[in-house]
Amino acid sequence: MYSYTLKRTLGAIPTLLALVVISFLLMHAAPGGPFTFEKQLPQQVIDNLNAKYGLDQPLYVQMARYVWGIVAHFDFGPSFVYKDRTVNEIIAQGFPVTLQYGGWAFLFAVVFGVGLGVAAAVRQNSLIDYFAVGLSIVASVLPNFVLAPILVLIFTVGLHWLPGGGWEGGDWKHQVMPIIAMSTAYMASITRMMRSSMLEVLNSNHIRTARAKGLPTWKVILRHALKPSLIPVLSYLGPVFVAMITGSVVIDMYFSTAGIGKFFVDAALNRDYAVMMGVTLLAGGLTILFNLIVDLLYAWVDPKVRY
Amino acid sequence: MAMLDVNNLSVRFDTPDGVVNAVNDVSFSLDKGQTLGIVGESGSGKSQLAFAIMGLLAKNGRAGGSVRFNGTELVGAPLSTLNRIRANHIAMIFQDPMTSLNPYMRVSDQMAEVLVHHRGMGKAAAVAECVRMLDAVKIPDARGRVRLYPHEFSGGMRQRVMIAMSLLCQPDLLIADEPTTALDVTVQAQIMHLLGELQRDFGMATILITHDLGVIAGFAREVIVMYGGQVMESAPVDPFFARPSHPYSRGLLHALPRVDQEGAVLSAIPGTPPNMTRAPRGCPFAPRCDLVMASCHDSLSPLTEWAPGRRRACNRPVSDLLEDAA
Repeated sequence: MYSYTLKRTLGAIPTLLALVVISFLLMHAAPGGPFTFEKQLPQQVIDNLNAKYGLDQPLYVQMARYVWGIVAHFDFGPSFVYKDRTVNEIIAQGFPVTLQYGGWAFLFAVVFGVGLGVAAAVRQNSLIDYFAVGLSIVASVLPNFVLAPILVLIFTVGLHWLPGGGWEGGDWKHQVMPIIAMSTAYMASITRMMRSSMLEVLNSNHIRTARAKGLPTWKVILRHALKPSLIPVLSYLGPVFVAMITGSVVIDMYFSTAGIGKFFVDAALNRDYAVMMGVTLLAGGLTILFNLIVDLLYAWVDPKVRY
Repeated sequence: MAMLDVNNLSVRFDTPDGVVNAVNDVSFSLDKGQTLGIVGESGSGKSQLAFAIMGLLAKNGRAGGSVRFNGTELVGAPLSTLNRIRANHIAMIFQDPMTSLNPYMRVSDQMAEVLVHHRGMGKAAAVAECVRMLDAVKIPDARGRVRLYPHEFSGGMRQRVMIAMSLLCQPDLLIADEPTTALDVTVQAQIMHLLGELQRDFGMATILITHDLGVIAGFAREVIVMYGGQVMESAPVDPFFARPSHPYSRGLLHALPRVDQEGAVLSAIPGTPPNMTRAPRGCPFAPRCDLVMASCHDSLSPLTEWAPGRRRACNRPVSDLLEDAA
């Protein structure tokens, strides 16, 4: 297992390099640049700025310098727009925010998704099943940019219970609505996946054996059915976790939570190359990491999987 | 009063194509330590009969009639009643050992939980007992192997594990549903030999469900022949094999390959088993029967005792068959 982990970690390097190359090329292929403003700057100023940030060099030199900066100094470069801040600082400020509300949202989605899915499968065609299926349909047709304003309308404008935005250092009142808005759609998918895989497992022969042992239903479910029915859900959870902790553009913009998602959009609009690269690499690196973790979890869940 | 009393047991399934009558009015009884073989081809309802006794029918299945075990009614009994009896008093071995064990649990864990649950034993004591039982089913190095996962055993070894697991609580009744069907021939013989030995040692009553008459001959004292969800004939094994009293039983026996008749052509019963969505009005075997009469398509005489211990359901008089056989 250790050699497998090492192999996968080494294998991540070319993947990340490919990610750098592709995003670099795509980014520079987009028209405009970080110093293109509505008011045209004098050509001399632009040339000076380009020289200062190394943008006058050929693309492969820029790319090599960028990669070298990361490898040698773990430096993702300066922001092209926020003059006094580096990408490291921006990520250090935004990532804890999304990590926090994204982490809670993930927990919320998994706990309720798995719980509802299991309950619906165990009591198939009962009220709880209809409720779970109905809720998951409603939740999946309500994207977060629709759900967020509805939540604000109810809890801020209507009931005055929760603040409509801001972060305030992660005060729980500021986190409730971002968490709900972010997790609902994922919870719906997890519920549906969990329900169908649990239904399949409950029809398998080894569950019949477990019932023939005289075990009460809850033991049959928890000890025998839960683990196998989690397997298909597990592969979905890796990328979902990354998507959640790297934040959502909609959430960050709508609730002004100042997470990574907001910086990503700002960077894309302003052609802030370094911030775009930094956030892309963060999401890419985390995706690779959590896919590895999911694969290692498989070995833990399924004894037939050995690395 | 017999230990197990099955009376007019029927099993129906609600399917999108209509109601399937898998088992119709089956009655028999079984005493302590007895061995009963139930034989029939695929779809004859023999497995569903076993599931109905255990309360393990699929969700769309319903059992009717009565199954009394030591006086307790099992048909329609609450799950808590069934759970006290399952594995504890009535244990079951399933057809496919490759999928009937939990692939995600160590053999020690899935065996021990039976004892922990029914006997309240501690985990360590339970595992020790499991090792003893694995020894009894002749798994070499049981102490070392109890920690393995099912996929680390061969098919025959897995069925031994299933058998060991079913015997943990020393049940009064063991139902073996085609225990050797998924295994190759040499392993089949070993498993049946083992089951026979264990049956003698533990003295539990056993219902052996199979499509293999050879297996019945070597194991059971009584035999029930099922076709189309109904009992066609029931008899003690020896007279049954000597003189089957039903055209279907006779067909089955003729379809057995014989080693003592060189060059003999193996005969088969023509046709296929009935589609059970349409409940047969007369005898379900009538379309394939070589002694069919006009009345067979409309009605079937009920199962009646025609000689001590021998019962048959057939419109033909016994003499027609016995003369024929002689």
